[in-house]
Amino acid sequence: MMAISEMVHAAAASGPAATAVLLAPMLAPLVAASAAVLVGWRRAVSWSAVAASVVILVSGVLAAVATADGSVLTVGGTLRADALTAVMLLVIGVVAVIATWSGVSYIDQELAAGHTDGRGARRYGVLVPMFLTAMVLAVLASNLGVMWAAIEATTIVTAFLVGHRGGRQAVEATWKYVMICSVGIALAYLGTVLVYYASQHAGIGEQGSLDWSVLVANADQLDPGVMRVAVPLLVLGFGTKAGLMPMHSWLPDAHSQAPAPVSALMSGVLLSVAVYALLRYRVVAVAALDLQFVRSLILVVALASVALAASMLLAQRDYKRLLAYSSIEHMGLVMIGVAVGTPLAVTALLLHILGHGLAKAVLFCASGQILASEGTTQISGVRGLLARQPVLAGTFALGVAALLGLPPFSIFVSELALARAAADAGLAWAVAVALVLLLVVFVAVAGHTAGMLFGGDAAGQRPPHTPPHTPSLPRVAAAPLVTGLIALAVLGVVAWPLEQLLDAASAIAGTS
Amino acid sequence: MTDTGYVQILDLVCGGILLTAVLMLWRRELAAIVRLLVVQGVLLALLAALMGVRESSTELFVVAAGVLVLKAIVLPAVLRRVLRDSGEAREAEPLVNVTASLLAAALLTLLAYGLSRPLVALAPSPTTRALPVGLAVVLLGFFVLVTRRRALSQVVGFLLLDNGITATAFLATAGVPLVVELGVSLDVLLVVLVMQVLAARMRLSFGRTDLDGLRELRD
Repeated sequence: MMAISEMVHAAAASGPAATAVLLAPMLAPLVAASAAVLVGWRRAVSWSAVAASVVILVSGVLAAVATADGSVLTVGGTLRADALTAVMLLVIGVVAVIATWSGVSYIDQELAAGHTDGRGARRYGVLVPMFLTAMVLAVLASNLGVMWAAIEATTIVTAFLVGHRGGRQAVEATWKYVMICSVGIALAYLGTVLVYYASQHAGIGEQGSLDWSVLVANADQLDPGVMRVAVPLLVLGFGTKAGLMPMHSWLPDAHSQAPAPVSALMSGVLLSVAVYALLRYRVVAVAALDLQFVRSLILVVALASVALAASMLLAQRDYKRLLAYSSIEHMGLVMIGVAVGTPLAVTALLLHILGHGLAKAVLFCASGQILASEGTTQISGVRGLLARQPVLAGTFALGVAALLGLPPFSIFVSELALARAAADAGLAWAVAVALVLLLVVFVAVAGHTAGMLFGGDAAGQRPPHTPPHTPSLPRVAAAPLVTGLIALAVLGVVAWPLEQLLDAASAIAGTS
Repeated sequence: MTDTGYVQILDLVCGGILLTAVLMLWRRELAAIVRLLVVQGVLLALLAALMGVRESSTELFVVAAGVLVLKAIVLPAVLRRVLRDSGEAREAEPLVNVTASLLAAALLTLLAYGLSRPLVALAPSPTTRALPVGLAVVLLGFFVLVTRRRALSQVVGFLLLDNGITATAFLATAGVPLVVELGVSLDVLLVVLVMQVLAARMRLSFGRTDLDGLRELRD
């Protein structure tokens, strides 16, 4: 451990080692994508995507080691990694490993079942790694305009992943996804332009700047009148991409239609990359405006999202949509942390992002397996799963337990810390509202899951086209899910590998 | 260029941008709407070139050429292709009739003037005083998105929104940094191409590109 740390430090913050650490996570997925372009979907190609994800994860670990003491890695003027970036790289890496690992067997099953063909599989093999590259670029970009362009690029590459299965519902989901996200993110661009305008008159020089560190250093010089128009646009715009009220309506459709590993990536990382953008902008916003304005704006959006998710979860009939609405709920909780914005809140929300990413990766991939084995996404169509598919049902149940915030999983720890941070900041009423809503969520999700796991196989409920049951979960499909659950539990019990990093990140994004 | 000459040309160009946006609410033939988009694209390129003269920056001339190619040639060509493939020449009965649309356009323009007051106040100059035009086009784009039912009209609404933001960027900041401009233009082009493919798929599976057909996914 020490040796790596010294190696990275010895090469200075912008030396060749830093270049390698920051470039590798963007280039590795591109190599995997080119492989898929050249030879189509092969075993080796599908594993190359897993290898690329491992590269992202390793770069995340190296970046974490190098930045946990508060230092910053840069490459040229365009790429920049501090502790906050390192946390996001870790989240992307971890979720990507699980998602691409399950993608190996998922696409093979799709091909075997005739749900997709060679062309579809190749497109999947090209687009998923490009999706990873776009997200890595979004968190590494030092320029907020480049970050914006990278987040919009994720919409483009995922459009045809959402529509992977074809058919009317896929077209409908994709159209809503592309339209709503593009329009929403366009508003964020307008906000970005206005921030740039403010920066040109903030004493940085005629040219102004969209570089985050320059903006933060001069944030108190930014014109409050302009920022008061820009910040709501940014919250609305990036909030669209994070699946927050009032521009959330694309999310349940897209997440329920996309292939399971893609849903895992979208829910587990894409949403939190958008939250990351808001976290960066919040630092600038609170220095330019009063804290109360920023806090109330974000808090309204956050609580409204949790409330909407809770109400939609109660009567949910489709288990993939159930998971999608649960993503809205968790992003709402994370945004409460953003609204509070103290270092403790930032630590908690970053841990929550990591925990939610892991849990959703496991659950969406498991739901893909349930769909493959039961042939329906209706909750009422899946009954008594625990008796027939113990491993699959067990991982699904543990994933749901983690999602609902039960110990020993890390979401329990992060939710407690979020509540404490909010209460410390004088927002005890928000904690109370959130707790009541979480109780509703708990009852709804636990009830639906219990029905899927234990419910009796009522006659006539099962659709006639149910395929014969696959005997049990293939090992290659089970391994990533179990790995994810173990990681979640370990994170919940011992936080030591992350403690210093999260502290460094909260010093960057947190303001007291 | 003299100051009065600059201001006159600037006001003319900005007035033209706003006028083309309002005319898009008035016309129902989709082909005519695409022609209006071409005119607006040319005007946006002129605006960028005008800024280039004002700031004497070659970079802005390059941007102006890029805007001309993208917004006046490539994107309208993509839209025409969608139009030709679909064989739907007119907007379906819109949710809001033309008179009401034009009235709404007037109100939205007033709203844009209100919204941009703090923006103008930061650095009052002939250029920033034209900022309401950019915001008005953004709001009109939103209006088109919300009230039109054809897939193509929604793409037009999105492009109108994007043109409004581009105009705002030129007027407020004389253009964003080149790397950002490149990223944004590439994104817009790809999004519109994705929408073109989706519109084709929509026609294949629904037989038309009327968005009222999109109501299978619900809770």
